[in-house]
Amino acid sequence: MANTYIQLSNVTVGSGGAATISFTSIPQTYTDLLILYSCRSSDSATNWNNMKLSFNGSASDGVWRFLAMYNAGMAEGSGGQVEVWINFNASTGNSFSNSYVYITDYAVAASKNIYVDTAAEGNAQDQILGMVGGLWNNNAAITSITATPSSGSFMQYSSATLYGIKKN
Amino acid sequence: MADTPTRIEVDCSTGEQKVIPLTAAEIAELDQLRAKAEEEAAARKAQEEAKAAAKASALAKLAELGLTEEEAAAIAGA
Repeated sequence: MANTYIQLSNVTVGSGGAATISFTSIPQTYTDLLILYSCRSSDSATNWNNMKLSFNGSASDGVWRFLAMYNAGMAEGSGGQVEVWINFNASTGNSFSNSYVYITDYAVAASKNIYVDTAAEGNAQDQILGMVGGLWNNNAAITSITATPSSGSFMQYSSATLYGIKKN
Repeated sequence: MADTPTRIEVDCSTGEQKVIPLTAAEIAELDQLRAKAEEEAAARKAQEEAKAAAKASALAKLAELGLTEEEAAAIAGA
């Protein structure tokens, strides 16, 4: 089988938690990147939590549009820095979100398309299933990616796995 | 005093993983990001509430015109 789907790195948060998770020195030898996040934030004040993605240390140049299905119905909207919903600390015990982030042509000198598919659980009635179409409107090759919960920090056992996808 | 928050950095070229305490500047940056995220979330919530209110008002007006609840919901896509 062709060697086209390679795990580049995997990290699991330790007992102290973490404010951010970053992948740095990302090799430039693949076509696309895929990151699988399984996360839970220590925040317990909201219905779920979200984490922001920044590229090359920059929180700028992002734009995204989302479609979400949650306990109160459906919603759509837009924003700046690309966002991924994750579980919060009132979610069912030991449950973590499932989030898929796909970034195309990350090493090419053009804007990068980002697709996010995420499911987060908020215990009993606060679940969210969302799709995000986003863009990092910057021509720089992506060499680092940082995920930051917008409140609280990543709890122990949250994990992130980065894959390189080679299309040819 | 609360523990200093940390960040995890994974160097994909070496596989090395570091847990690094945040500097004061990084903590300030984090606070800024959180404040902005809170503002965005509040704006989105207000937008959703306005949409829901407009929909409820439209459904009520359709009901006044004599449409059944099912007919009004079919038009509104509710």
